[in-house]
Parts: sequence; C-alpha cells; structure tokens
Amino acid sequence: MPIVVRVDKCTGCETCLTSCPFDAIVMKEGKAFINEYCNYCKTCISVCPEGAIIETEEISNLKSQISNIKDYKDVLVFAEQREGKVAPVSYELLGIGRKLADELGAKLLAFLLGADESEATELIKWGADRVYLCNDSELIKFNDDSYADILTRVINEQKPSIVLAGATPIGRSFIPRVAARLRTGLTADCTSLEIDKVSKNLLQVRPAFGGNIMATILCPDYRPQMATVRPRVMKRGSYDENRTGEILNIQMDNITARTKVIESIKEVSGISVNLHEAEFIVAGGRGAAGEKGFKLLEELAQVLGGVVGASRAAVDEGWISYSHQVGQTGKTVNPKIYIACGISGAVQHLVGMQSSDIIIAINKNPEAPIFNVATYGIVGDLFEIVPMLTKRIKEIKGM
Amino acid sequence: MNIIVCIKQVPDTSEIKINPETNTLMREGVPSIINPFDLYALEAGIQIKEKLGGKVTVLTMGPPQAETALREAISMGADEAVLLSDRAFAGSDTWATSYTLAQAIKKFGADIIFCGKQAIDGDTAQVGPETAEFLGIPHISYIRKIEEIKDDYIRVQRLMDEGYDIVETGLPVLLTVVKELNQPRMPSLKGKMAAKKAEIKKMGKAEIEADEDNIGLKGSPTQVKNIFAPQIKAERKMIKGSSEEQADALIDELRKIKCI
Ligand SMILES: Cc1cc2nc3c(=O)[nH]c(=O)nc-3n(C[C@H](O)[C@H](O)[C@H](O)COP(=O)(O)OP(=O)(O)OC[C@H]3O[C@@H](n4cnc5c(N)ncnc54)[C@H](O)[C@@H]3O)c2cc1C
Ligand SMILES: Nc1ncnc2c1ncn2[C@@H]1O[C@H](COP(=O)(O)O)[C@@H](O)[C@H]1O
Repeated sequence: MPIVVRVDKCTGCETCLTSCPFDAIVMKEGKAFINEYCNYCKTCISVCPEGAIIETEEISNLKSQISNIKDYKDVLVFAEQREGKVAPVSYELLGIGRKLADELGAKLLAFLLGADESEATELIKWGADRVYLCNDSELIKFNDDSYADILTRVINEQKPSIVLAGATPIGRSFIPRVAARLRTGLTADCTSLEIDKVSKNLLQVRPAFGGNIMATILCPDYRPQMATVRPRVMKRGSYDENRTGEILNIQMDNITARTKVIESIKEVSGISVNLHEAEFIVAGGRGAAGEKGFKLLEELAQVLGGVVGASRAAVDEGWISYSHQVGQTGKTVNPKIYIACGISGAVQHLVGMQSSDIIIAINKNPEAPIFNVATYGIVGDLFEIVPMLTKRIKEIKGM
Repeated sequence: MNIIVCIKQVPDTSEIKINPETNTLMREGVPSIINPFDLYALEAGIQIKEKLGGKVTVLTMGPPQAETALREAISMGADEAVLLSDRAFAGSDTWATSYTLAQAIKKFGADIIFCGKQAIDGDTAQVGPETAEFLGIPHISYIRKIEEIKDDYIRVQRLMDEGYDIVETGLPVLLTVVKELNQPRMPSLKGKMAAKKAEIKKMGKAEIEADEDNIGLKGSPTQVKNIFAPQIKAERKMIKGSSEEQADALIDELRKIKCI
C-alpha cells in the first residue's frame, strides 16, 4: 500500500474519512485505516491536519510500463465529420492540439475518415501539419469497428505521444476500444489539457462525481496518452489561409465491421436546437412553469438570434423536448451568453453550462445556487423580466 | 438467451456536498445506490428474458458491500449474481476494470451484455466499449430503443448528437443504454424474497484467471494525480431595482460589452 496512515501521528479526527471520495478509509481502534478501495487520489494526504498520512512509495514504481516511451512524439487529433463535413469539435481539438504540439516541439497530425481532400485542407489551415485521410464512402457513417481498426493502425505506425478525440457520442464510443487494444490509458471528457513542465506528461483535467469535483489524471507509463475532450470548452486555434501541410491518403483494405448502420435519422424539433453552435441560449427550468413560460423564452431567444435550452426538471415535466436539455445528462454548451430563467442551479445543470462566457441568472429566490456562477444576477420574476428584455432588444434592433 | 448485466454500486452523487473549508467531498450520510443507468440496462435484460427465455446474470466488481446492489438487482428480477471482489482489484481504472469484467464474462459466456451508458461517480462511459474489446465482440453505445431481437440478430436505435442511427448486428454483442430505453420496474414481493435467499457467487483473481499485470492499480495505465473543487466564477454583479429597472440595467450592461 503506497498510501498509509502513521498510527503514531493519527489523532482519530476522521477528517480524512469524510473527505475520501472512494469510501476507502475506516476507523480501527480510534485510528484511521486505509483499505483496499483506495484509488490513490491523495485527497486524504492533503486534508490531514496532522500530516499523518503519507505516500510510502511512488505509485509509478508499482506499475508495469512500456519501454519505448521515447519513441512516441507527436500529437494526433481525430477529426470527426458529419455527412462528410468536419464537425466543429474537430477545430477545437486542433486548437488545443497545436498548443500541446508546440510545447512538445512536435508535429500536429489529424486523422480524417469519410471526407474529401478539401476538408483535409481545412484541417491544415486550422493548424494540422499532416492529415491522414481515408476518403472511402463506407466511412461517412460512423462505425465502431472500422473506425477503431484504422485509427489503431495509424497510431501503431506513427506512434503519437498524445491522441485526442471529441467527447461526442462517436468519440466516446469507439476511442475506448482503441485504448483497450493499445493497452493504454484513456481519460474521458476532459475540460483542460496541459503539458507538465518537468515530466512532459499530459495533465488531463476532468470533472467527476457529477461535476462536484475535478480530477487531474496522468498516464505516465504507457503511450499514447489518450483523452476525449468535451466539446465547446477548448478554443479554436487561428485560421491561416496560407498554411501548408501534407495529406496522406490511407487505404482501408481488410477492414470489416460487425455492426451495420442501416439508416441515420435527424431529429430537429420545431425551432432549431443547435445548442452547441448557438451564441445565445435562453434556458428555462421549473420556474418557467409550463409551455406558456417557454413561449416567452422562445421569443427572447428569437430576437437575440439564439436558441432555447432547458433544465432536466422542465424536460421531465414535458414542457420541452429532451434535445434541449443542458447538463450532465443533456448537452454541454458554451455560448457567449447563457440566460438561465427559473433554474435553481443544481450541479448536474451547472456542469453543462458553467463555461459559458457570460451567465445571466433570473430567479425569484436570492439563495438559488445559480447565482454563484452568474456574471449578472437578477432576483425577480421571469414572467415580468423576460418580456421586458424582449421588448427592449426589439427596440434596439429596430425589429 | 444468456444475458449479463454489468452493474456498479455508486454514491448518490446528487446528494454529495463539498466541504467549503477543505474543498473535498463530504461522503457522510450519502447513500450507496445502483448506478441509475444500470437500472435501465437491467430492465432491458429482464424484458428480453421475458420475451425469449433464458436468464439474466448481474455482475459487479467492487468491495464486499456491493453485494447489496446485487441483491437489489435480484429483487427486480435478475436470476443470478456474481461479485468480483479481491484486494488485488483495488485501484482499477477503466482499462483494468474492463479487463477484469471481461475475464469473468468469458467464464460464463453470454449472448448479450448490457452496461449503463456511464457510471455517475466516474462518468467515463468507457467500461462498456473497453469490455467489448477485451471480449472480442462488437458493441453499440447509447441504445435508446431495441427495434427487433432474435436468437442471433438485434436491431437497435443508437442516440447520436443530432438524432439517431438504426444499427444492426449479430450476437454476441455488448450494448450500453441511455435512460430513454425503458422505465425500470420496482422490486416485486417475490423478488424481495428471492433476493434474501439468493446465493451470490463470489470470484477473485484466481477464479477468473486474471493476469496480475493487468488488474488493480498495477494494471491501470492512468493514475489520479490530484482531486480539487471546481472553481466558481468570482465576479458577479447583482442587478437591483424594479423589474423594469433591472431589465434596462441588464440591457445597458450587455450593450457596454457589445454583446447586443
Ligand atoms: C444523475 C442525474 C443527472 C442529472 N442531469 C441533469 C441534467 O443534465 N440537466 C439538468 O438540468 N438537471 C439534471 N439533473 C437534475 C438536477 O439535479 C435538478 O433536479 C434540476 O436541474 C433542477 O431543475 P430546475 O432548476 O429547473 O428546477 P428547480 O430546482 O425546481 O428550480 C426552479 C427554480 O425556479 C425559480 N423560480 C420559480 N418561479 C420563478 C419565476 N416566476 N421567476 C423566476 N424564478 C422562478 C425557483 O426559485 C427555483 O430556483 C440530474 C440529476 C441526477 C440525479
Ligand atoms: N466495477 C464495475 N462493475 C460492474 N460494472 C461496471 C463497473 N464499472 C463500470 N461498470 C459498467 O460500465 C458502465 C460504464 O461505467 P463507466 O465507464 O465507469 O462510466 C456502467 O454503467 C456499468 O454498467
């Protein structure tokens, strides 16, 4: 056990007990005892007022590892496409990928399936040095098996040090297969990525426990270091019309898929719900009190050129469809302005919207936790304030 | 039809609070529950059994107290339960967890393996697809509807960003499910009786023939460096006054920063 309690120093105050996320500390004869469910997160070390909890051995020493870590150099980005068009998340990945590659003095590689050369060229203008392209029409539709096979092959040949993909239904579905096959670590749904100054390892930050805490994850002994990245949290890099790079066409021989996509069906409700792309989101919760309330929010969204979002409570009530839901079990959004109307601000909602540039909270209850993340807070009745906002904006815009 | 449902016991994260002084989780009094998404997985398994016959086995890797979760699953209608518990499994990340689950599943064999979309403690959604990879079988993630199922064929709806895909495959397959799939049933009286009496099969690293280098902390490629509380935006401006004044003041603020 690399993390132990020094019995001589432990006073039995139980501070560590209640702060352990894994329930791995129990009291034995008045002293803390760390059991086998320890995940080695070191929270207890940091909270112990007596300094009685120590790390006896570097965790890395306990682990098996690969020997040729030095051979792994570049940064590889999986550029997702929809119907042959590169998806916005891919440009965000190129933004952060470029930064990481520059810090490592390495190349930025992109991996694109089921799109054509003009799309690959766009990736170069957004920062890629080289694009691996497989423009086979079979690959326009996402398939776990074929995507995993080709990506694994490219990784084995190119040996990138870091592999990034979007934490989208596609990335989160097939990337784990690749990581399992390559016997390497994969960190899900990262919200921040940095290179450690000393070790040059990738520091991967992600929310856990429903957004209540953040964890920094390392993959020090295996390569590549793989991560899926939450859409809309990384900024795009700069676009350079004159940037040049290589496009390498790869073949997909002997690639078979055991699952088959028969049809892809788009579901868009009355008003467009492109929450990911929207610059303005007007979101409603239980406080919107029904379809009438949402009508007001829709009017405000319309004059702003934005879309309507919702809390889970509003979706569960049936006032608006699930595709509008923001939060842990809905979408993650990052608009310029998020206007939360009648939303209390439960953590499960906050994780989906707290990285918005500006958050405006309108709520009757001054104690509502939504005010903790708000840039502007208005304690008041949304049924009065929202129509006034709509009216004023109409006047300004001369609508 | 041989169906295995992977379930995980998790703290009810909606009840977790942060200690503002130490910035750490307060676990005291937070109940342990079956991961909510796994209940949809279990319900799906039971419904298939009811239609095509066979049995549903629930499988979990966790501490001895995870037995409670398995008994709860039996009370809902699972037939058998397996607990993978061994000190050597401690500290497993998704890679080692998936390896361990797959080793156990290989012992039993299955036509369909169900997982929840994600566990609400780790929120990774990786264990399902990684387990399928270790088993050498296909998987389909984020299932929201099973359109057709036969002895060797399944067709499902897979939730995507902008709608859904209709996907088909042969069996065996691993499916991860979202909440739109069904409404999990409540435990029946008969089920509760069965749960009390049921024998839980316990297995450790020897029984599943796990390779030491692939399990627990030692087998886990990732490690947690540290855990901290999310930062909350500091600058906040409360806008006061009558509704009309508030609306006007907000518009002025937004015009100042050129947002409208
Ligand atoms: C596993 C799990 C996942 C979850 N995932 C999500 C998720 O993805 N997204 C999500 O949103 N939630 C999610 N939740 C639910 C979350 O915990 C909350 O229950 C939910 O966000 C509450 O929604 P609400 O703020 O609209 O409702 P409430 O908490 O009921 O808040 C309503 C608010 O409206 C205010 N109000 C009432 N009338 C007015 C008025 N006239 N004018 C102004 N204000 C008014 C009230 O003061 C109150 O603050 C999840 C929960 C769990 C357990
Ligand atoms: N320790 C475990 N035992 C059994 N099943 C698990 C375990 N961990 C994860 N799972 C399954 O994998 C799914 C995804 O979990 P995760 O990848 O941790 O988000 C869960 O919904 C469970 O079905």
